[in-house]
Amino acid sequence: MDLKELIPQKLKVKLSSVNFEITDYKGELTIKIDKKHIVEISKFLKSDPELEFKLCSDVTAVDWATRKNRFTVVYNIFSLKHSFRLRLKVDVDESDCSIDTVSTIWQAANWHERETFDMYGIKFNNHPDLRRMYMPEEFEYYPLRKDFPLMGIPGSLPLPKK
Amino acid sequence: MHQLEKEIDPKILQALLESRNDYTLDDALENEMILNMGPQHPATHGVLRLLLRLDGERIIGCVPELGYLHRGYEKMAENMSYYEYIPHTDRLDYLSPMANNVAWVLAVEKLAGIEAPKRAQYIRMMIAELARISSHLVAIGAFAMDVGALTIFLWTLREREKVLDIWDILCGARFTNSYTRIGGVANDAQPEALAKVKWFIDQFEPNLVDVEQLINTNRIFIERVDGVGAISKDDAIDLGFSGPNIRACGVEFDLRRNAPYLCYDEMDFKIPTYTEGDCLARYFLRLDECRESAKIVKQILDKMPQGDVQANMPKKVLPHKDEVYTKMEELIHDFMIVNFGINPPVGEIYHAIEGSKGELGFYLVSKGDGKPWKCKIRSPSFNNLQVLPKLVIGHLISDVVAIIGSIDPIMGEADK
Repeated sequence: MDLKELIPQKLKVKLSSVNFEITDYKGELTIKIDKKHIVEISKFLKSDPELEFKLCSDVTAVDWATRKNRFTVVYNIFSLKHSFRLRLKVDVDESDCSIDTVSTIWQAANWHERETFDMYGIKFNNHPDLRRMYMPEEFEYYPLRKDFPLMGIPGSLPLPKK
Repeated sequence: MHQLEKEIDPKILQALLESRNDYTLDDALENEMILNMGPQHPATHGVLRLLLRLDGERIIGCVPELGYLHRGYEKMAENMSYYEYIPHTDRLDYLSPMANNVAWVLAVEKLAGIEAPKRAQYIRMMIAELARISSHLVAIGAFAMDVGALTIFLWTLREREKVLDIWDILCGARFTNSYTRIGGVANDAQPEALAKVKWFIDQFEPNLVDVEQLINTNRIFIERVDGVGAISKDDAIDLGFSGPNIRACGVEFDLRRNAPYLCYDEMDFKIPTYTEGDCLARYFLRLDECRESAKIVKQILDKMPQGDVQANMPKKVLPHKDEVYTKMEELIHDFMIVNFGINPPVGEIYHAIEGSKGELGFYLVSKGDGKPWKCKIRSPSFNNLQVLPKLVIGHLISDVVAIIGSIDPIMGEADK
Protein backbone atom coordinates (compact mmCIF):
# COMPACT_ATOMS: atom_id res chain seq x y z
CA MET A 1 0.00 0.00 0.00
CA ASP A 2 1.13 3.49 -0.68
CA LEU A 3 2.70 5.11 2.36
CA LYS A 4 0.61 8.23 1.83
CA GLU A 5 -2.50 6.22 2.66
CA LEU A 6 -0.87 3.86 5.12
CA ILE A 7 0.41 6.54 7.51
CA PRO A 8 -2.94 8.25 8.21
CA GLN A 9 -4.64 4.89 8.45
CA LYS A 10 -2.13 3.59 10.95
CA LEU A 11 -2.25 6.79 12.99
CA LYS A 12 -6.02 6.57 13.22
CA VAL A 13 -5.92 2.98 14.45
CA LYS A 14 -2.90 3.05 16.73
CA LEU A 15 -3.09 6.54 18.15
CA SER A 16 -6.79 7.25 18.20
CA SER A 17 -6.44 9.99 20.82
CA VAL A 18 -4.20 12.11 18.58
CA ASN A 19 -5.78 14.67 16.33
CA PHE A 20 -3.83 15.29 13.18
CA GLU A 21 -4.13 17.06 9.89
CA ILE A 22 -2.54 15.74 6.71
CA THR A 23 -1.57 17.80 3.69
CA ASP A 24 0.11 16.69 0.51
CA TYR A 25 1.86 19.50 -1.37
CA LYS A 26 4.07 18.80 -4.40
CA GLY A 27 4.36 15.17 -3.40
CA GLU A 28 5.52 15.93 0.13
CA LEU A 29 3.44 14.65 2.99
CA THR A 30 3.03 16.88 6.04
CA ILE A 31 1.37 15.91 9.30
CA LYS A 32 0.30 18.66 11.61
CA ILE A 33 -0.16 17.66 15.22
CA ASP A 34 -0.65 19.18 18.62
CA LYS A 35 2.48 19.82 20.61
CA LYS A 36 1.60 17.55 23.50
CA HIS A 37 1.64 14.52 21.22
CA ILE A 38 4.99 15.06 19.53
CA VAL A 39 6.98 12.52 21.57
CA GLU A 40 4.26 9.89 21.35
CA ILE A 41 3.86 10.20 17.59
CA SER A 42 7.61 10.32 16.98
CA LYS A 43 8.11 7.14 18.96
CA PHE A 44 5.37 5.46 16.99
CA LEU A 45 6.71 6.55 13.60
CA LYS A 46 10.20 5.39 14.46
CA SER A 47 9.34 2.05 15.99
CA ASP A 48 6.46 0.84 13.84
CA PRO A 49 7.89 -2.07 11.78
CA GLU A 50 5.95 -1.05 8.68
CA LEU A 51 7.11 2.58 8.73
CA GLU A 52 10.55 2.77 10.36
CA PHE A 53 11.26 6.48 10.17
CA LYS A 54 14.70 5.94 11.65
CA LEU A 55 16.50 8.92 10.20
CA CYS A 56 15.83 12.42 11.48
CA SER A 57 17.18 14.75 8.81
CA ASP A 58 16.33 18.07 10.24
CA VAL A 59 14.52 20.02 12.92
CA THR A 60 13.82 23.68 12.42
CA ALA A 61 11.21 26.32 13.10
CA VAL A 62 9.33 28.98 11.17
CA ASP A 63 8.52 32.37 12.67
CA TRP A 64 5.16 33.64 11.36
CA ALA A 65 5.65 37.02 13.08
CA THR A 66 2.04 38.18 13.44
CA ARG A 67 0.15 34.92 13.70
CA LYS A 68 -1.47 33.77 16.95
CA ASN A 69 0.63 30.63 17.25
CA ARG A 70 3.79 32.46 16.37
CA PHE A 71 6.16 29.55 15.71
CA THR A 72 5.91 26.26 13.90
CA VAL A 73 8.48 23.62 14.71
CA VAL A 74 9.18 21.47 11.66
CA TYR A 75 10.61 17.96 11.83
CA ASN A 76 11.94 16.33 8.70
CA ILE A 77 12.17 12.56 9.00
CA PHE A 78 13.08 9.88 6.51
CA SER A 79 12.30 6.20 6.23
CA LEU A 80 15.21 4.26 4.75
CA LYS A 81 13.01 1.23 4.31
CA HIS A 82 10.57 3.00 1.99
CA SER A 83 12.73 5.93 0.81
CA PHE A 84 9.98 8.18 2.04
CA ARG A 85 10.23 11.63 3.54
CA LEU A 86 7.71 12.96 6.04
CA ARG A 87 7.32 16.33 7.65
CA LEU A 88 5.85 16.84 11.10
CA LYS A 89 4.63 20.30 12.05
CA VAL A 90 3.82 21.52 15.51
CA ASP A 91 2.59 24.98 16.45
CA VAL A 92 4.20 26.69 19.40
CA ASP A 93 2.99 29.95 20.83
CA GLU A 94 5.25 32.69 22.12
CA SER A 95 3.56 32.74 25.54
CA ASP A 96 4.57 29.13 26.18
CA CYS A 97 7.65 28.90 24.03
CA SER A 98 8.60 25.32 24.73
CA ILE A 99 8.11 21.83 23.39
CA ASP A 100 9.25 18.36 24.43
CA THR A 101 12.48 17.17 22.93
CA VAL A 102 12.66 14.32 20.44
CA SER A 103 16.42 13.90 20.90
CA THR A 104 15.66 10.95 23.14
CA ILE A 105 14.10 9.25 20.13
CA TRP A 106 16.44 10.40 17.37
CA GLN A 107 19.86 11.38 18.72
CA ALA A 108 20.40 13.32 15.51
CA ALA A 109 17.80 15.83 16.66
CA ASN A 110 20.08 16.96 19.50
CA TRP A 111 22.07 19.57 17.61
CA HIS A 112 19.15 20.57 15.42
CA GLU A 113 17.12 21.40 18.50
CA ARG A 114 20.02 23.33 19.95
CA GLU A 115 20.22 25.29 16.71
CA THR A 116 16.49 25.97 16.77
CA PHE A 117 16.77 27.15 20.37
CA ASP A 118 19.68 29.37 19.42
CA MET A 119 17.92 30.93 16.47
CA TYR A 120 14.30 31.14 17.69
CA GLY A 121 14.45 30.81 21.48
CA ILE A 122 12.15 27.81 21.56
CA LYS A 123 12.97 25.72 24.62
CA PHE A 124 13.08 21.96 24.26
CA ASN A 125 12.02 20.33 27.53
CA ASN A 126 14.22 17.47 28.79
CA HIS A 127 16.91 18.23 26.23
CA PRO A 128 20.24 16.84 27.48
CA ASP A 129 22.36 19.83 26.50
CA LEU A 130 20.36 22.88 25.55
CA ARG A 131 23.09 25.43 24.90
CA ARG A 132 23.39 27.85 22.04
CA MET A 133 24.76 26.28 18.91
CA TYR A 134 26.33 29.17 17.01
CA MET A 135 25.94 32.37 18.98
CA PRO A 136 27.92 33.12 22.15
CA GLU A 137 26.33 31.95 25.39
CA GLU A 138 25.84 35.52 26.66
CA PHE A 139 24.04 36.70 23.52
CA GLU A 140 20.57 37.89 24.51
CA TYR A 141 18.64 37.81 21.24
CA TYR A 142 17.34 35.18 18.86
CA PRO A 143 18.65 36.10 15.42
CA LEU A 144 16.21 34.29 13.11
CA ARG A 145 13.13 35.82 14.72
CA LYS A 146 11.48 38.24 12.37
CA ASP A 147 11.81 41.12 14.83
CA PHE A 148 15.60 40.80 14.89
CA PRO A 149 16.99 43.31 12.38
CA LEU A 150 19.11 42.12 9.47
CA MET A 151 22.00 44.42 10.38
CA GLY A 152 22.07 43.08 13.93
CA ILE A 153 21.82 45.02 17.16
CA PRO A 154 24.78 47.32 17.78
CA GLY A 155 26.63 46.42 20.95
CA SER A 156 24.93 43.04 21.32
CA LEU A 157 28.22 41.27 20.62
CA PRO A 158 30.77 43.09 22.77
CA LEU A 159 34.39 43.07 21.66
CA PRO A 160 36.87 41.40 23.99
CA LYS A 161 38.32 43.71 26.67
CA LYS A 162 41.82 44.99 26.06
CA MET B 1 61.94 18.99 50.82
CA HIS B 2 60.03 22.03 51.76
CA GLN B 3 59.08 22.56 48.13
CA LEU B 4 57.90 18.99 47.80
CA GLU B 5 55.62 19.26 50.80
CA LYS B 6 53.77 22.09 49.26
CA GLU B 7 53.01 20.35 45.97
CA ILE B 8 52.18 16.79 46.89
CA ASP B 9 48.98 15.83 48.61
CA PRO B 10 49.84 15.49 52.33
CA LYS B 11 48.15 12.09 52.55
CA ILE B 12 50.33 10.70 49.77
CA LEU B 13 53.43 12.33 51.18
CA GLN B 14 52.75 10.69 54.50
CA ALA B 15 52.40 7.33 52.80
CA LEU B 16 55.66 7.86 50.92
CA LEU B 17 57.54 8.93 54.02
CA GLU B 18 56.35 5.92 55.97
CA SER B 19 57.16 3.63 53.01
CA ARG B 20 53.74 2.12 53.24
CA ASN B 21 52.56 0.17 50.23
CA ASP B 22 48.95 -0.34 51.25
CA TYR B 23 48.11 3.15 50.14
CA THR B 24 46.97 3.23 46.47
CA LEU B 25 48.24 6.30 44.74
CA ASP B 26 45.01 7.03 42.87
CA ASP B 27 45.26 10.72 43.49
CA ALA B 28 48.85 10.93 42.35
CA LEU B 29 47.90 9.34 39.07
CA GLU B 30 44.97 11.65 38.64
CA ASN B 31 45.97 13.06 35.32
CA GLU B 32 42.77 13.96 33.54
CA MET B 33 43.14 17.14 31.63
CA ILE B 34 41.12 19.32 29.31
CA LEU B 35 42.65 20.07 25.97
CA ASN B 36 41.35 22.79 23.73
CA MET B 37 41.83 21.84 20.09
CA GLY B 38 41.09 24.55 17.60
CA PRO B 39 39.59 26.78 16.29
CA GLN B 40 42.99 27.65 14.83
CA HIS B 41 44.34 24.12 14.76
CA PRO B 42 45.51 23.23 11.23
CA ALA B 43 44.09 19.71 11.33
CA THR B 44 40.55 20.68 12.19
CA HIS B 45 39.77 21.67 8.60
CA GLY B 46 38.77 25.22 9.28
CA VAL B 47 37.47 26.71 12.47
CA LEU B 48 36.18 23.67 14.28
CA ARG B 49 36.86 23.80 18.02
CA LEU B 50 36.98 20.63 20.08
CA LEU B 51 37.13 20.49 23.84
CA LEU B 52 38.71 17.19 24.75
CA ARG B 53 38.86 15.55 28.14
CA LEU B 54 41.92 13.37 28.25
CA ASP B 55 43.02 10.56 30.47
CA GLY B 56 46.68 10.43 29.58
CA GLU B 57 46.53 10.28 25.82
CA ARG B 58 43.15 8.63 25.69
CA ILE B 59 40.02 10.65 25.05
CA ILE B 60 37.20 10.23 27.50
CA GLY B 61 35.06 13.16 26.48
CA CYS B 62 34.66 15.46 23.53
CA VAL B 63 32.51 18.55 23.00
CA PRO B 64 32.60 20.23 19.59
CA GLU B 65 31.95 23.96 19.55
CA LEU B 66 30.62 25.48 16.36
CA GLY B 67 29.85 28.97 15.24
CA TYR B 68 33.22 30.49 14.46
CA LEU B 69 32.23 30.83 10.81
CA HIS B 70 28.57 31.63 11.37
CA ARG B 71 27.59 34.27 8.85
CA GLY B 72 23.84 34.04 9.18
CA TYR B 73 23.12 32.76 5.70
CA GLU B 74 19.60 31.72 6.67
CA LYS B 75 18.80 35.23 7.86
CA MET B 76 20.33 36.67 4.70
CA ALA B 77 18.23 34.37 2.53
CA GLU B 78 15.07 35.82 4.09
CA ASN B 79 16.12 39.26 2.93
CA MET B 80 17.08 38.67 -0.68
CA SER B 81 15.47 37.30 -3.80
CA TYR B 82 15.87 33.74 -4.96
CA TYR B 83 18.24 34.83 -7.73
CA GLU B 84 20.40 36.93 -5.45
CA TYR B 85 21.03 33.98 -3.19
CA ILE B 86 22.76 31.82 -5.82
CA PRO B 87 26.26 33.30 -5.24
CA HIS B 88 25.85 32.84 -1.50
CA THR B 89 25.40 29.10 -1.88
CA ASP B 90 28.97 28.99 -3.22
CA ARG B 91 30.17 29.95 0.22
CA LEU B 92 28.49 27.09 2.02
CA ASP B 93 30.53 24.08 1.02
CA TYR B 94 33.37 25.94 -0.61
CA LEU B 95 34.99 22.77 -1.93
CA SER B 96 32.06 21.88 -4.16
CA PRO B 97 30.28 25.16 -4.93
CA MET B 98 28.77 23.78 -8.14
CA ALA B 99 26.84 21.13 -6.23
CA ASN B 100 25.46 23.79 -3.88
CA ASN B 101 24.30 25.87 -6.83
CA VAL B 102 22.51 22.86 -8.24
CA ALA B 103 20.89 22.09 -4.87
CA TRP B 104 19.59 25.64 -4.47
CA VAL B 105 18.12 26.02 -7.95
CA LEU B 106 16.48 22.60 -7.77
CA ALA B 107 14.80 23.59 -4.51
CA VAL B 108 13.60 26.90 -5.95
CA GLU B 109 12.41 25.23 -9.12
CA LYS B 110 10.41 22.73 -7.11
CA LEU B 111 8.86 25.59 -5.16
CA ALA B 112 8.07 27.69 -8.21
CA GLY B 113 7.10 24.82 -10.50
CA ILE B 114 9.76 25.35 -13.15
CA GLU B 115 11.34 22.54 -15.10
CA ALA B 116 14.72 23.02 -16.70
CA PRO B 117 15.30 21.67 -20.21
CA LYS B 118 16.93 18.29 -20.61
CA ARG B 119 20.29 19.64 -21.68
CA ALA B 120 20.49 21.92 -18.66
CA GLN B 121 19.68 18.97 -16.42
CA TYR B 122 22.46 16.95 -17.96
CA ILE B 123 24.92 19.80 -17.54
CA ARG B 124 23.87 20.14 -13.91
CA MET B 125 24.37 16.45 -13.38
CA MET B 126 27.80 16.67 -14.97
CA ILE B 127 28.93 19.57 -12.79
CA ALA B 128 27.51 17.96 -9.66
CA GLU B 129 29.49 14.80 -10.32
CA LEU B 130 32.67 16.70 -11.18
CA ALA B 131 32.19 18.68 -7.98
CA ARG B 132 31.91 15.43 -6.10
CA ILE B 133 35.17 14.20 -7.64
CA SER B 134 37.01 17.42 -6.82
CA SER B 135 35.65 17.51 -3.29
CA HIS B 136 36.54 13.87 -2.64
CA LEU B 137 40.02 14.49 -4.00
CA VAL B 138 40.56 17.19 -1.40
CA ALA B 139 39.04 14.95 1.27
CA ILE B 140 41.35 12.05 0.39
CA GLY B 141 44.40 14.27 0.11
CA ALA B 142 43.79 16.18 3.31
CA PHE B 143 42.98 12.99 5.17
CA ALA B 144 46.23 11.36 4.06
CA MET B 145 48.12 14.54 4.90
CA ASP B 146 46.59 14.62 8.38
CA VAL B 147 48.01 11.20 9.14
CA GLY B 148 51.38 12.05 7.66
CA ALA B 149 51.33 11.08 3.98
CA LEU B 150 52.01 14.46 2.47
CA THR B 151 52.61 13.46 -1.15
CA ILE B 152 49.02 12.34 -1.70
CA PHE B 153 47.77 15.83 -1.02
CA LEU B 154 49.90 17.23 -3.83
CA TRP B 155 48.80 14.52 -6.22
CA THR B 156 45.10 14.85 -5.54
CA LEU B 157 45.23 18.64 -5.66
CA ARG B 158 46.89 18.39 -9.05
CA GLU B 159 43.86 16.43 -10.26
CA ARG B 160 41.48 18.87 -8.63
CA GLU B 161 43.23 21.73 -10.40
CA LYS B 162 42.09 20.19 -13.69
CA VAL B 163 38.48 20.28 -12.53
CA LEU B 164 38.92 23.94 -11.59
CA ASP B 165 40.23 24.57 -15.11
CA ILE B 166 37.00 23.06 -16.44
CA TRP B 167 35.00 25.48 -14.26
CA ASP B 168 37.14 28.27 -15.63
CA ILE B 169 36.12 27.48 -19.21
CA LEU B 170 32.53 26.69 -18.27
CA CYS B 171 31.64 29.79 -16.29
CA GLY B 172 34.72 31.97 -15.97
CA ALA B 173 35.36 31.37 -12.29
CA ARG B 174 37.40 28.72 -10.59
CA PHE B 175 36.07 28.71 -7.03
CA THR B 176 32.89 30.66 -6.58
CA ASN B 177 31.10 29.52 -9.68
CA SER B 178 27.44 30.60 -9.44
CA TYR B 179 26.94 28.81 -12.71
CA THR B 180 23.37 27.59 -12.40
CA ARG B 181 20.32 29.77 -12.87
CA ILE B 182 16.73 29.20 -11.91
CA GLY B 183 15.34 27.36 -14.92
CA GLY B 184 18.66 26.28 -16.34
CA VAL B 185 22.31 27.21 -16.36
CA ALA B 186 23.96 30.56 -17.11
CA ASN B 187 25.31 29.57 -20.49
CA ASP B 188 25.55 26.48 -22.62
CA ALA B 189 28.51 24.18 -22.03
CA GLN B 190 31.04 25.08 -24.70
CA PRO B 191 32.47 22.29 -26.90
CA GLU B 192 35.94 22.98 -25.51
CA ALA B 193 34.63 22.58 -21.97
CA LEU B 194 33.05 19.24 -22.85
CA ALA B 195 36.25 18.17 -24.60
CA LYS B 196 38.20 19.05 -21.49
CA VAL B 197 35.78 17.05 -19.34
CA LYS B 198 36.29 14.06 -21.61
CA TRP B 199 40.06 14.45 -21.45
CA PHE B 200 39.94 14.79 -17.68
CA ILE B 201 37.84 11.67 -17.17
CA ASP B 202 40.06 9.61 -19.48
CA GLN B 203 43.27 10.49 -17.68
CA PHE B 204 41.69 10.58 -14.22
CA GLU B 205 41.44 6.88 -13.53
CA PRO B 206 45.11 5.99 -14.17
CA ASN B 207 46.08 8.92 -11.97
CA LEU B 208 43.75 7.76 -9.22
CA VAL B 209 45.40 4.34 -9.38
CA ASP B 210 48.77 6.06 -8.85
CA VAL B 211 47.41 7.81 -5.79
CA GLU B 212 46.03 4.56 -4.45
CA GLN B 213 49.25 2.64 -5.03
CA LEU B 214 51.13 5.16 -2.99
CA ILE B 215 49.20 4.59 0.22
CA ASN B 216 47.05 1.47 -0.05
CA THR B 217 50.04 -0.73 0.70
CA ASN B 218 51.66 1.72 3.06
CA ARG B 219 51.75 0.05 6.43
CA ILE B 220 52.11 3.25 8.39
CA PHE B 221 49.03 4.73 6.79
CA ILE B 222 46.91 1.60 7.15
CA GLU B 223 47.83 1.08 10.79
CA ARG B 224 47.04 4.67 11.63
CA VAL B 225 43.50 4.43 10.26
CA ASP B 226 42.39 0.79 10.27
CA GLY B 227 39.76 0.21 12.94
CA VAL B 228 39.97 3.81 14.13
CA GLY B 229 36.76 5.75 14.62
CA ALA B 230 34.44 2.84 13.88
CA ILE B 231 30.69 3.24 14.30
CA SER B 232 27.93 0.71 13.97
CA LYS B 233 25.16 0.84 11.39
CA ASP B 234 22.38 1.59 13.88
CA ASP B 235 24.31 4.33 15.63
CA ALA B 236 25.16 5.93 12.31
CA ILE B 237 21.48 6.11 11.36
CA ASP B 238 20.39 7.29 14.78
CA LEU B 239 22.99 10.05 14.89
CA GLY B 240 22.10 11.25 11.41
CA PHE B 241 25.21 10.44 9.39
CA SER B 242 24.80 10.87 5.66
CA GLY B 243 26.76 10.71 2.45
CA PRO B 244 29.96 8.69 2.16
CA ASN B 245 30.17 8.40 5.94
CA ILE B 246 26.93 6.46 6.33
CA ARG B 247 27.67 4.31 3.30
CA ALA B 248 30.97 3.29 4.92
CA CYS B 249 28.87 1.84 7.75
CA GLY B 250 26.95 -0.44 5.43
CA VAL B 251 23.79 1.62 4.92
CA GLU B 252 22.90 1.97 1.26
CA PHE B 253 21.56 5.49 1.56
CA ASP B 254 22.17 7.67 -1.45
CA LEU B 255 19.62 10.24 -2.54
CA ARG B 256 20.55 9.70 -6.18
CA ARG B 257 18.92 6.27 -5.70
CA ASN B 258 16.53 6.81 -2.79
CA ALA B 259 14.91 9.97 -4.13
CA PRO B 260 16.14 10.49 -7.70
CA TYR B 261 16.38 14.04 -8.98
CA LEU B 262 17.63 15.41 -12.31
CA CYS B 263 18.16 12.42 -14.62
CA TYR B 264 19.95 10.06 -12.27
CA ASP B 265 17.40 7.34 -12.91
CA GLU B 266 18.67 7.15 -16.50
CA MET B 267 22.22 6.58 -15.36
CA ASP B 268 23.87 3.28 -14.64
CA PHE B 269 25.99 3.41 -11.51
CA LYS B 270 26.67 1.45 -8.39
CA ILE B 271 26.43 2.66 -4.82
CA PRO B 272 29.57 1.45 -3.12
CA THR B 273 29.19 0.45 0.51
CA TYR B 274 31.53 -0.87 3.17
CA THR B 275 30.57 -2.46 6.45
CA GLU B 276 33.48 -1.58 8.75
CA GLY B 277 32.47 2.05 9.38
CA ASP B 278 36.02 3.08 10.30
CA CYS B 279 38.40 5.68 8.86
CA LEU B 280 39.85 3.22 6.36
CA ALA B 281 36.41 2.27 5.05
CA ARG B 282 35.53 5.95 4.60
CA TYR B 283 38.75 6.47 2.67
CA PHE B 284 38.14 3.48 0.39
CA LEU B 285 34.57 4.54 -0.12
CA ARG B 286 35.59 7.98 -1.38
CA LEU B 287 37.97 6.39 -3.86
CA ASP B 288 35.18 4.13 -5.11
CA GLU B 289 32.78 7.05 -5.37
CA CYS B 290 35.26 8.97 -7.49
CA ARG B 291 35.28 6.05 -9.93
CA GLU B 292 31.49 5.83 -9.98
CA SER B 293 31.22 9.57 -10.57
CA ALA B 294 33.69 9.31 -13.43
CA LYS B 295 31.50 6.56 -14.87
CA ILE B 296 28.43 8.78 -14.61
CA VAL B 297 30.21 11.70 -16.27
CA LYS B 298 31.22 9.42 -19.15
CA GLN B 299 27.58 8.39 -19.66
CA ILE B 300 26.46 12.00 -19.46
CA LEU B 301 28.91 12.99 -22.19
CA ASP B 302 27.64 10.16 -24.38
CA LYS B 303 23.97 10.92 -23.83
CA MET B 304 24.12 14.74 -23.66
CA PRO B 305 21.07 15.97 -25.62
CA GLN B 306 21.04 19.12 -27.73
CA GLY B 307 18.73 22.06 -27.15
CA ASP B 308 18.15 25.03 -24.89
CA VAL B 309 19.75 25.41 -21.50
CA GLN B 310 17.12 27.76 -20.06
CA ALA B 311 13.43 27.09 -19.57
CA ASN B 312 11.10 29.15 -21.70
CA MET B 313 9.22 30.86 -18.88
CA PRO B 314 9.83 34.58 -19.34
CA LYS B 315 8.15 35.64 -16.09
CA LYS B 316 10.25 33.32 -13.96
CA VAL B 317 13.54 32.84 -15.77
CA LEU B 318 15.99 35.70 -16.13
CA PRO B 319 16.55 36.48 -19.85
CA HIS B 320 20.03 36.57 -21.34
CA LYS B 321 21.73 39.96 -21.26
CA ASP B 322 21.97 40.18 -25.09
CA GLU B 323 18.19 40.06 -25.24
CA VAL B 324 17.71 42.51 -22.40
CA TYR B 325 19.69 45.15 -24.28
CA THR B 326 17.92 44.64 -27.60
CA LYS B 327 14.31 43.57 -26.92
CA MET B 328 11.55 45.41 -25.07
CA GLU B 329 9.71 42.34 -23.68
CA GLU B 330 12.89 40.91 -22.21
CA LEU B 331 13.82 44.25 -20.70
CA ILE B 332 10.47 44.40 -18.90
CA HIS B 333 10.80 40.83 -17.61
CA ASP B 334 14.35 41.49 -16.50
CA PHE B 335 13.21 44.57 -14.61
CA MET B 336 10.34 42.75 -12.95
CA ILE B 337 12.39 39.71 -11.93
CA VAL B 338 15.30 41.77 -10.61
CA ASN B 339 13.11 44.21 -8.69
CA PHE B 340 10.22 42.05 -7.50
CA GLY B 341 11.54 38.50 -7.76
CA ILE B 342 9.92 35.42 -9.18
CA ASN B 343 7.12 35.15 -6.58
CA PRO B 344 6.61 31.40 -6.20
CA PRO B 345 3.16 30.35 -4.97
CA VAL B 346 2.43 30.09 -1.25
CA GLY B 347 3.75 26.80 0.05
CA GLU B 348 6.67 24.95 1.48
CA ILE B 349 9.02 22.38 0.03
CA TYR B 350 12.11 20.49 0.96
CA HIS B 351 14.52 19.37 -1.71
CA ALA B 352 17.77 17.58 -1.08
CA ILE B 353 20.53 16.38 -3.34
CA GLU B 354 23.32 13.98 -2.62
CA GLY B 355 26.14 16.45 -2.18
CA SER B 356 29.71 15.32 -1.84
CA LYS B 357 29.46 15.40 1.98
CA GLY B 358 25.96 13.97 2.24
CA GLU B 359 22.38 15.09 2.12
CA LEU B 360 22.38 18.77 1.19
CA GLY B 361 18.85 20.07 1.40
CA PHE B 362 16.96 23.33 1.38
CA TYR B 363 13.67 23.79 3.19
CA LEU B 364 11.90 26.78 1.71
CA VAL B 365 8.71 28.49 2.83
CA SER B 366 7.15 30.97 0.42
CA LYS B 367 4.48 33.48 1.25
CA GLY B 368 4.04 34.32 -2.40
CA ASP B 369 6.45 37.23 -2.61
CA GLY B 370 9.89 37.65 -4.10
CA LYS B 371 11.84 36.63 -1.04
CA PRO B 372 11.72 33.32 0.80
CA TRP B 373 9.88 33.63 4.11
CA LYS B 374 12.10 30.95 5.55
CA CYS B 375 15.12 29.14 4.23
CA LYS B 376 16.67 26.33 6.17
CA ILE B 377 19.90 24.82 4.98
CA ARG B 378 20.15 21.19 5.93
CA SER B 379 23.91 20.90 5.70
CA PRO B 380 25.57 17.50 5.77
CA SER B 381 28.72 18.62 7.61
CA PHE B 382 26.68 19.87 10.55
CA ASN B 383 25.13 16.45 10.97
CA ASN B 384 28.35 14.58 10.40
CA LEU B 385 30.11 16.62 13.08
CA GLN B 386 27.43 15.67 15.55
CA VAL B 387 28.72 12.10 15.37
CA LEU B 388 32.31 13.14 16.13
CA PRO B 389 32.21 12.74 19.96
CA LYS B 390 30.92 9.20 19.53
CA LEU B 391 33.76 8.40 17.12
CA VAL B 392 36.68 9.81 19.06
CA ILE B 393 35.91 8.57 22.58
CA GLY B 394 38.29 5.82 23.57
CA HIS B 395 40.88 6.68 20.97
CA LEU B 396 44.22 8.41 21.27
CA ILE B 397 44.61 12.09 20.73
CA SER B 398 46.55 11.53 17.51
CA ASP B 399 43.58 9.59 16.16
CA VAL B 400 41.31 12.62 16.50
CA VAL B 401 43.13 14.20 13.61
CA ALA B 402 42.61 11.11 11.47
CA ILE B 403 38.93 10.90 12.40
CA ILE B 404 38.22 14.53 11.59
CA GLY B 405 39.97 14.08 8.27
CA SER B 406 37.98 10.96 7.48
CA ILE B 407 34.55 12.47 8.09
CA ASP B 408 35.53 15.47 5.98
CA PRO B 409 33.67 18.38 7.60
CA ILE B 410 33.53 21.75 5.87
CA MET B 411 32.99 24.50 8.37
CA GLY B 412 31.53 26.93 5.86
CA GLU B 413 28.62 24.57 5.57
CA ALA B 414 28.42 23.40 9.19
CA ASP B 415 28.37 26.97 10.50
CA LYS B 416 26.27 28.48 7.70
